[in-house]
Amino acid sequence: MSATITESTVHGQAEAEPLLRITDLSIDYRGPRRTWTPAVERVSVEVNPGEVVTLVGESGSGKTTLIQGALGLLPPSARTRSGSIAYSGVDVTGWPEKRLARVRGNYVGFIPQDPNTSLNPVKRIGQQVVEAVRFNEPEPTARDRHRAAALESLRTAGLKDAERVFNQYPHELSGGMKQRALIAIALAGKPQIIVADEPTSALDVTVQRVILDHLEGLREQLGIGILLVTHDLGVALDRSDRILVMQGGRVVEEGPVRQLLATPGNDYTRRLLDAAPARHDGRLQPTAGAVEAPSQENPVSRDTPAVLRAASLAKTYTVRKGRANSSFQALAGVDLTVRTGTTHAIVGESGAGKSTLAGILAGFTTADGGSVLLGDQEITGLSHARLRELRRDLQFVFQNPYTSLDPRYTVGRTISEPLRAFHVTKSREKLAARVSELLEAVSLDESYLNRLPAQLSGGQRQRVAIARALALNPKVLVLDEAVSALDVSVQAQILQLLVDLQADLGLSYVFVTHDLGVVRLIADDVTVMKNGRVVESGPAGQVLNDPQNNYTRTLLQAIPGTHVRSSAA
Amino acid sequence: MTIQLVRPKTAAAVANVSTPGALARSTGSRLADLTRQPVLVLAWIVVLVALGWAVAPGLFTNNSPYEGNSSLSFAPPSPEHPFGTDRLGRDLLARSIYGAGTTLTATLVAVLIAFGIGSLVGLAAGYFGRWVDTAFMRVIDVFLSIPSLLLAMVIVSVLGYSTRNIAIAVGISSIASFARVMRSEVISVVTRDYVRAAYGLGVGRFAVVLRHVVPNALNSVLALAALEVGTSILAVASLGFLGYGAPPPEPEWGLLVAEGRDYLAVHPWISILPGIALALVVIATHRISTSLRKDQRQ
Amino acid sequence: MLGYVLSKVGRALFVVWAAFTITFILLFVFPANPVDLLFDPAELNTIPQEVRDQVAAQYGFNQPVFVQYLNRLTQAASGNFGNSVGSGRKVSESLLEVLPNTLVLAAGSLALAVVIGFAIALLATGTRRPWLRNFVESLPSASVSIPVFMFGILLLQLFSFTLGWFPAFGDQGWQSLVLPVITLAVPVSGPIAQLLVRSFAEEFRAGYVTTSYAKGATRGGIIIGDVFRNASLPALTIAGITFGNLIAGAVITETVFARSGVGRLTQSAINTLDVPLVQGIIVFVAASFALINLVVDLIYPLLDPRLRATLTVHPVRSA
Repeated sequence: MSATITESTVHGQAEAEPLLRITDLSIDYRGPRRTWTPAVERVSVEVNPGEVVTLVGESGSGKTTLIQGALGLLPPSARTRSGSIAYSGVDVTGWPEKRLARVRGNYVGFIPQDPNTSLNPVKRIGQQVVEAVRFNEPEPTARDRHRAAALESLRTAGLKDAERVFNQYPHELSGGMKQRALIAIALAGKPQIIVADEPTSALDVTVQRVILDHLEGLREQLGIGILLVTHDLGVALDRSDRILVMQGGRVVEEGPVRQLLATPGNDYTRRLLDAAPARHDGRLQPTAGAVEAPSQENPVSRDTPAVLRAASLAKTYTVRKGRANSSFQALAGVDLTVRTGTTHAIVGESGAGKSTLAGILAGFTTADGGSVLLGDQEITGLSHARLRELRRDLQFVFQNPYTSLDPRYTVGRTISEPLRAFHVTKSREKLAARVSELLEAVSLDESYLNRLPAQLSGGQRQRVAIARALALNPKVLVLDEAVSALDVSVQAQILQLLVDLQADLGLSYVFVTHDLGVVRLIADDVTVMKNGRVVESGPAGQVLNDPQNNYTRTLLQAIPGTHVRSSAA
Repeated sequence: MTIQLVRPKTAAAVANVSTPGALARSTGSRLADLTRQPVLVLAWIVVLVALGWAVAPGLFTNNSPYEGNSSLSFAPPSPEHPFGTDRLGRDLLARSIYGAGTTLTATLVAVLIAFGIGSLVGLAAGYFGRWVDTAFMRVIDVFLSIPSLLLAMVIVSVLGYSTRNIAIAVGISSIASFARVMRSEVISVVTRDYVRAAYGLGVGRFAVVLRHVVPNALNSVLALAALEVGTSILAVASLGFLGYGAPPPEPEWGLLVAEGRDYLAVHPWISILPGIALALVVIATHRISTSLRKDQRQ
Repeated sequence: MLGYVLSKVGRALFVVWAAFTITFILLFVFPANPVDLLFDPAELNTIPQEVRDQVAAQYGFNQPVFVQYLNRLTQAASGNFGNSVGSGRKVSESLLEVLPNTLVLAAGSLALAVVIGFAIALLATGTRRPWLRNFVESLPSASVSIPVFMFGILLLQLFSFTLGWFPAFGDQGWQSLVLPVITLAVPVSGPIAQLLVRSFAEEFRAGYVTTSYAKGATRGGIIIGDVFRNASLPALTIAGITFGNLIAGAVITETVFARSGVGRLTQSAINTLDVPLVQGIIVFVAASFALINLVVDLIYPLLDPRLRATLTVHPVRSA
């Protein structure tokens, strides 16, 4: 069956028909009480041979549902209301599962989002690739042929040491290698088109770059079409021939990259473009009115006194397995100075030690060596009670606003908790007034007071978390990946809020992030970390525009959307 | 290459996507939810009727559970005696109704003992960790290694046969499962960001435990308690069936089934009808606890 | 690896020791006058003091508690729990005599329970009809809700008294085994099925299932080829609990069907407060439980390559 599709494609209408044509597809999810909630609304997509088409959208835009529909992998709670899906002119809409299974793998390959969960943990890589070969061969062949084809596929996916990887289990591979193994699985059926759902969002930025480069290479090498799904506009701008912007289940804009950049025809696209960190050159300015117009570059002078100073911090974790202990050095001799009223960004990939550092600065973790001074007060090695007193000046904002608020606490109770903990005021009126003031500071109104976290969006939650951190008028705020879990447009709003608050209240930030693009928007100083060490540190302008260290340069080049920025500027 | 223009939402709408649906999960909608789950409604009715039997048995029957009419011995079920009568001509429905009080009170006491002690032990083990955890958990391992029915049997036989002692025995033998659930919940809650955040805000240790850790950890433990009600009814009835409970004239569900065992071949209703009543109550409590757990996950 | 094994063995030994100690406290220390427990309560008042003293000496009750404890512990360590008060025979002999009966019953029930558990899990995962899935998923909960004695009595009533297919009582021939095995298997299957249903559903949602679909595998192929093994492994973690359920269920099943076995022996030992016998049985059950958990702990890593790796090499995880 599948063979016939491919045959007809190759010999018949290959020139005329696109590899994938989705026409007017609408998909609903089952809601409560026999209602249906539309998730995808009359969307049409075409992918031609040798073409990279990208679907961009924030969470909830329906992009993942769309490709699940295209692959026939919708969950049972979803239905296709209208539209058709055709591969090389063969309409597969409504095909029974057994028949669709022959299209998948054979005609269309799929690269999933998270390589860490997408491989069967108890099967060797080789076996998993062999299955993909075996399911999709036109006629059954011998086992050694399967093995040879699987090895070939692993090599095509860029795993040079294919023989070794063949016999390994997923947990023995790095994230990037796992994603290559998944690419090998997708290629094993010799598909005409590959659908990739956020193939790199779980990976470090440098790995992301290599994987995306490889995918682009495959397109040229094999002449296949690629349908890429991403939330990252930078990735889309860098990698595609055409972009479709999705919002609320619809395609709101579609066109070649240059056209989209030059003349975005749609408000939402324009806002997405504006919000993309990579599209900005310098630091965000406080909203007018927040403070008298500051000077353009570096509003705070270089000799501002330090509010937080860390010197030669070290931290070693002991990993206990059975009887043997192995140690892992998370931090080694890290120095850091945060100047009053400025933002010091700490950047690095996973395993760089930046979260450990943030934990030590905020007094959550104790360092093995070195010192941290808040003003002139040493905070390492303090007793519980003394440390608690310091919390008035030193507050922390967590990465994930979905877990950092107690699900049983209303917004009002959450924000007033530190005030009550320190017995700031006895009077209920004063307490309520302070909470309202804080809500207003983070641009929320009093209608939110009695809501529970479950009734807030991610951005609203993070605002509440910031308001709570501000309650005691701290001097320093440690923000650990505080905007990483948010959609790009929400991220831009929160960053602007942080800049405004800083101008207003003279706050100092320690801003930990893996995203160098964000750093450009908010940092006065930058420290780049790798493997528990500082590789480069200095004023933002210098580190970002004239990096001295090779690793910093690699990181900067890996930021998606950079070459677009330079071409658009 | 057409550029499709669709009217976008306003910026504010995008920024403040609130979820009014969650807000509206009020009592009204919960009742509406119930009506679409007839089995759950039925389960609630069964449990409420059983509670009614336990609290005010006199409202449900005019017959005495103790005194029978010997001319009516072994009467099969009839409109007059829906469950039939036993050897002494006692109305079995009345005995079942009065038996609810004995069985359910014992169950309640058992669950309270297990819940109270188990949660405290689990909280201490999970919160303090280290040697406290190790010590408590080793003890709990031991209790888990003896099947709870066996443990309860031994405890009752040492304390003396009575319904009160059955309650204590069943309670003690289920402490371990509560402790285990509470411990794992506490361990997971303690590492959650909002607990770390509370410390970071400067909230005192004790206050964090009281206001954040315990309430959030109790969620799962309460669901277990609902499940444990059913399990404890079974345990209490099983011990009654084996003869460790109140002495015979006393109506108790397990005992009622045991009493009819000798006449099973000829007068099956004596065992089977009270037994079915018992099974229905247990099934109903399990159904309710399942729905509680589902609610909690949302 | 060796450290892992040793710590698990140590734990198992601790459980057995602690079970001995707890039963010692419950049975020998807690009762005000343990000697009285050795006599029939009805005749207690007629027994002269000399006889009591003599019996007390025979059982060592006249010695300090701690000495009694040490004596009994050293004897128990060599498998000697003393003599049964009721029969005067060695505890180990009494236990070994009825053990085969119970083993046959328990093994048959376990096999049936596992089959039921997998059948329910496979049906719940495999079906695409929501009503069928809901129905099948509610079965385990129902099976643990019906009292074991009630279920046994219903089976007796239907298949022995009404239909006459199987004998009602006794332990002769395979026919006498059918009803007890079903009676015991149904409640034991409940927790197994619940765990398997959950585990199958969880694995079926895993990312690698999507990958397999995308490879071109079919639903049935994925359930058998990918999900089955991964989802079955967790069932081993409740092996100990299942054993406990089998023993507890055997007490009731053997009573209902008047079969001889460990359960029946336990019940009569507890009824007559045959202290040495009760202690022997409890420690035996706890030791079996500990042994089963030990075996599971030791073979589980061999079945799961992820755990195998953590035992042999020591990968460094970032914080």
